[in-house]
Amino acid sequence: MKSLEELAAIRDKMKNNAAVRESDGDEIRIVVGMATCGIAAGARPVLNAIMEELEKRDIKNVTVAQTGCIGMCKLEPIVDVYIPGKEKVSYVLMKPEKVGRIIAEHVVNGRPVLEYTIGAYEK
Amino acid sequence: MQLYRSHVLVCGGTGCSSSGSKKVVDELEKELKAAELEGEVKIVQTGCFGLCALGPIMVVYPEGCFYSMVKPEDVHEIVTEHLLKGRIVKRLLYEETIEDDMVKSLNETNFYKKQLRVALRNCGVIDPENIEEYIGFDGYQALGKCLTEMKPDDVIDIIKRSGLRGRGGAGFPTGVKWEFAARAKGDKKYVCCNADEGDPGAFMDRSVLEGDPHAIIEAMTIAAYAIGADQGYIYVRAEYPIAVKRLEIAISQAKEYGLLGKNIFGTDFNFDLEVRLGAGAFVCGEETALMTSIEGKRGEPRPRPPFPANQGLFGKPTILNNVETLANVAQIILKGPEWFASMGTEKSKGTKVFALGGKVTNVGLVEIPMGTTLREIVEEIGGGVPNGKKFKAAQTGGPSGGCIPAQHFDVPIDYDNLIALGSMMGSGGLIVMDEDNCMVDIAKFFLGFTVDESCGKCSPCRIGTRRLYEILDRITKGEGEMEDLERLETLCHHIKASALCGLGQTAPNPVLSTLTYFRDEYIAHIVEKRCPAGVCKDLMTIQIDPDKCVGCTLCAKGCPVGAIRGKLKEKHTINQERCIRCGVCMDTCKVGAISRK
Repeated sequence: MKSLEELAAIRDKMKNNAAVRESDGDEIRIVVGMATCGIAAGARPVLNAIMEELEKRDIKNVTVAQTGCIGMCKLEPIVDVYIPGKEKVSYVLMKPEKVGRIIAEHVVNGRPVLEYTIGAYEK
Repeated sequence: MQLYRSHVLVCGGTGCSSSGSKKVVDELEKELKAAELEGEVKIVQTGCFGLCALGPIMVVYPEGCFYSMVKPEDVHEIVTEHLLKGRIVKRLLYEETIEDDMVKSLNETNFYKKQLRVALRNCGVIDPENIEEYIGFDGYQALGKCLTEMKPDDVIDIIKRSGLRGRGGAGFPTGVKWEFAARAKGDKKYVCCNADEGDPGAFMDRSVLEGDPHAIIEAMTIAAYAIGADQGYIYVRAEYPIAVKRLEIAISQAKEYGLLGKNIFGTDFNFDLEVRLGAGAFVCGEETALMTSIEGKRGEPRPRPPFPANQGLFGKPTILNNVETLANVAQIILKGPEWFASMGTEKSKGTKVFALGGKVTNVGLVEIPMGTTLREIVEEIGGGVPNGKKFKAAQTGGPSGGCIPAQHFDVPIDYDNLIALGSMMGSGGLIVMDEDNCMVDIAKFFLGFTVDESCGKCSPCRIGTRRLYEILDRITKGEGEMEDLERLETLCHHIKASALCGLGQTAPNPVLSTLTYFRDEYIAHIVEKRCPAGVCKDLMTIQIDPDKCVGCTLCAKGCPVGAIRGKLKEKHTINQERCIRCGVCMDTCKVGAISRK
């Protein structure tokens, strides 16, 4: 270790990596429905795509969690995005290809991707 | 580095390891592989979580689910239900974390709520065998700050202002100790860490070494910078194999990253660190004996002065700090002395770790701000005395400490209050006792320990503690006389005044404090030949109530010495001369006909 910068670089890398252990109330949560129905409909590739995208963009303070059956099995895979202080947004019939836009527009810039949401589906 | 969506933390401390956490980890690895989750879920083996009574412990993040008493056969369910499908396995959750069907955060449970973790901050959070995890939790930042921004005197000043006192028991101000060594003249100076934790029932130093070894390395390096040393030794008991292994891993990683060795952080400061194993003699926890042992000689204490700060290891100026003391240092540098001084009482700042044991529901490690009352520790954090029994006393300070009776339950715990009560902080063992504990027997137990562990160099300790033990032994056998109480007291005061080292000087404390608070129990043993708690075997008989006995023969079958006679469906009797009063018959009797008198 020859400099403080080197130390800071390791710390930042690890902080990001271990952030999952320090969750507090005011962070964004992305919850993937992973009951049998979700998994059968392809929730796992979606979940992996979310993880990859977050890592690629070096986004901190986002918790990715799974949950059981959200209830509308025919619309699985379902992904809920919780941003503190805002309404929950549910994305339905998720595919890995949709993940990039959701992360970029919704998680980063705060604008939900309306066309993927459950509201758009019901119209 | 790969990002994982879930981290599974499994306790790898000694407590959980002995209840089988290694098997749980092996099973977890197997199951994760079978479920093809290895790339998504990370397994982290951590240090002690503190709630050892519920081990093996597993915490799953991001949910923060606290699974307790996890067996290898439970792992399949955790993987397929929780990790694969996101359904928390409620039956394995620590029951206090379930509330209204919701999973409550661990930090809100009674056991953790009142705790404040400074020394234990990383235990149960990071992987102790990975230096980068420690760095990720602000590790080595304090060292960087000291070496690049501060002068040695500034470091000493911060430690002094924080009010940190030695956590090994005596409570000497750490900053002052460092200052003495910094002022001392010498061509070579040493920094030593006392990890020879010998008090029966104390295991906080072990947990810090197992759960956060880099914190000790960082603090020792800071201390070395402050006093101008370039060599350090960690003296740790060979009975702590996991701690030794993790320390060695940590030291080699620190060397690899250039955090130990030459020109640390590009400065001209050099520091090297070695581990020395103690063979388990209690006296080697005494500072002068410890240093003699590091030198390769027989571990015996020597008179002070000269104090180690002037003439310590190999005759050179040396500081010796306890593990828990050092575990606070980096945090004080980073958060400032005012932050540390804001916790605790007027003369005892910060927090203290206690190893909670004995007759208490939540056996484990707790860290609380100084000034917390005994009641809060035992009843709120510890969950109280189990089986509806009444709290009788708490023993602190191990063989150097004393018993605090129930009438002082609300005394805020700090160094000075404990001394005033005739006990001491010691390294922080806290043994809870209920009405089934005989206080004379407890005093005898600790004296037996001191007699075994006395190094024999000075006669007050070598001979005096043995005489104390003999008098106590006599009393527990019903052969004591009232004059023995005076003899005990006189002898205690002589030993305290004349023994060479701290071990001998404090050895009479268990006798004196029980004599002060539980004199009536001593008198019951001597005058009435009766042990009120029913512990001293020579003072009781076990009898079968002929009105209740149904002649089932169970007791006779269970008796290990064949002291019970009686035929089927006939009243049984106990041959008192043969009976060893082990109580097995009482446990086997289905009708409650057997009792102690």
